[in-house]
Parts: sequence; structure tokens; C-alpha cells
Amino acid sequence: MAWTWFHRLGSPPHVYAIARRLTPWFGWAAAVAIVAGLYGGLLLAPPDYQQGDDFRIIYVHAPSAWMSLMVYTTMAVSAAVGLIWRMKVAHAFAASCAPIGASFTFAALVTGSLWGERMWGTYWEWDPRLTSELILLFLYLGYMGLRSAVGDIQRADRASAVLAVVGIVNVPIIHYSVLWWNSLHQAPSVMQLGRPTMPAAMLVPLLIMLLGFTLLFVALLLVRVRAEILDRERAASWVAEAVAS
Amino acid sequence: MSGFFEMGGYAAYVWPSYGLTLVVIVLNILGARRLLAKSREAARQRCAMRSER
Repeated sequence: MAWTWFHRLGSPPHVYAIARRLTPWFGWAAAVAIVAGLYGGLLLAPPDYQQGDDFRIIYVHAPSAWMSLMVYTTMAVSAAVGLIWRMKVAHAFAASCAPIGASFTFAALVTGSLWGERMWGTYWEWDPRLTSELILLFLYLGYMGLRSAVGDIQRADRASAVLAVVGIVNVPIIHYSVLWWNSLHQAPSVMQLGRPTMPAAMLVPLLIMLLGFTLLFVALLLVRVRAEILDRERAASWVAEAVAS
Repeated sequence: MSGFFEMGGYAAYVWPSYGLTLVVIVLNILGARRLLAKSREAARQRCAMRSER
């Protein structure tokens, strides 16, 4: 039956077992990619002809910013699936995303601020890109605050899912802000169809860092979702076996 | 090697950026592990209470 996979994806013990098995693979792959990306970004990439070595902030700034958007999108899609199909596991995934996304949004804002100080002469400007990214941080924090304010986990899942889904409008705003408005922030240099505007020696370490952060996100998500599943499966008989040992 | 740490005069911007990102990564790893350990412990206690009844 073609829909079997969908039902298995909705089955808490199944997802718990798969998550447990996959975590080390994603975790170690992330570690290898991040170490390789750091080596390439700090030692192999040449200094930028205009920005000198300051441009190396890109290797932590761009992956953090990518995480902030990718994690939010994952959270909103999971929340929508949870709302539409009343799938507990989907809500568990959505709830697991928020702290990860919030922390990397914070990292993107601070590293961007450090970069901006030398390049633009200011740590902060109420610029479309910076402002919409700050709103993203508040969306994450609002989502987490709402969850912790609602005691009952099922009600918290539904209420926070609505917030996550509505907040998705901010994601394209952030991405296109540098094109729609006159922004201090530079236009995208990687996610451009066809022709990235960086030489390979600079671009390859960046792509490896983006991959490494994405793998790290999956590993973190797989650990957190197991906790969220256990919290939702209070009466289930499979839990006793899963937490034994 | 000292040139590497000086980052062409941008050390005060580059290294704090890398440092902060590293801290965020490490806290995420520790936080996820602690969350799972807590939930497992809570589930284990619930199971133990149920089997006593």
C-alpha cells in the first residue's frame, strides 16, 4: 500500500527507533563537514580583495542565517502537517525545531553585526534584512513562550502550530528583502540560479559549511524529537522498553 | 602562524564570530542531550510507578 510510509512516519515508536539509529550518522557527518569547512574557510580560501580577512565571517554567518530560515520552514511545515492530519509526531518535530532555530538566528544576528561594523560602520541599522531577521528571532521566542505558557501539551501543540504557520510569511520576506528594498545587506551570492559570484576556493568551503550545519540540524532534531515523543506518549506500552537500559 | 591569528587586522571581528558560533553549536549539542536524558528519566519513573500499582 502506497500510504504505508506515511502511517509509519506517524507512528511514535517507529520514529523513535529510526531517530535513535540515524543520530550518530548525521552527527558524525556534520562534525566532519564542519571541520573540513572551517579548514577550507580559514586556511585555504584567499582573503577577499576588498574585505581582506574580514570576509571569513561569511563561513559562520551565512550557515547560521541559512539555519535560521531552513529550521523555521521545517518547523512551519511540521506544524501544518500536525494541524491538518492531527499527527502527534509532526507536532513533536515542530516543537523540537524552535530552540535550534532561535539559537542560530541569534548567531546570525550577532555575527552579522560584527561583520557590519567594519563594512558598514555600524553594528545595527533598521534595515529590511536585519529587521526581518530580528522579527524571526521574536517569532521563535514567541513560539517557545507560547508553548511553555500553555500547560497541556496537546493544546500547546495546536496553539503554537498556528503561530508557526502564520509566521512563515516572514521567511520569503527575509530572503527577498535585499532585492525588494534598498538594503545595506549584500545580495545573495550563493543561492543564485546558475552563477554564484564567488571563486571556487571561497565558495566550496562555504557550501561544505552549509552542508555541515544542515546535517547538524538533522542530528539535533533527531535527539530532541525523541524527548518530545516520550513526553507525548505517557501511556504507551512501548515506552517502558525504549527507556530501559 | 601569528599572521593567521591576526586575520589581517580583523581579529577582533573574525574570532568573536567564530567563537560565538562554536558556543551556539556546543550548547545545542549539550542542550539536546540533556533534554533527552530528562525525558527518558521522567518516562522511566512513570513506567516504574505504573508497574508498582
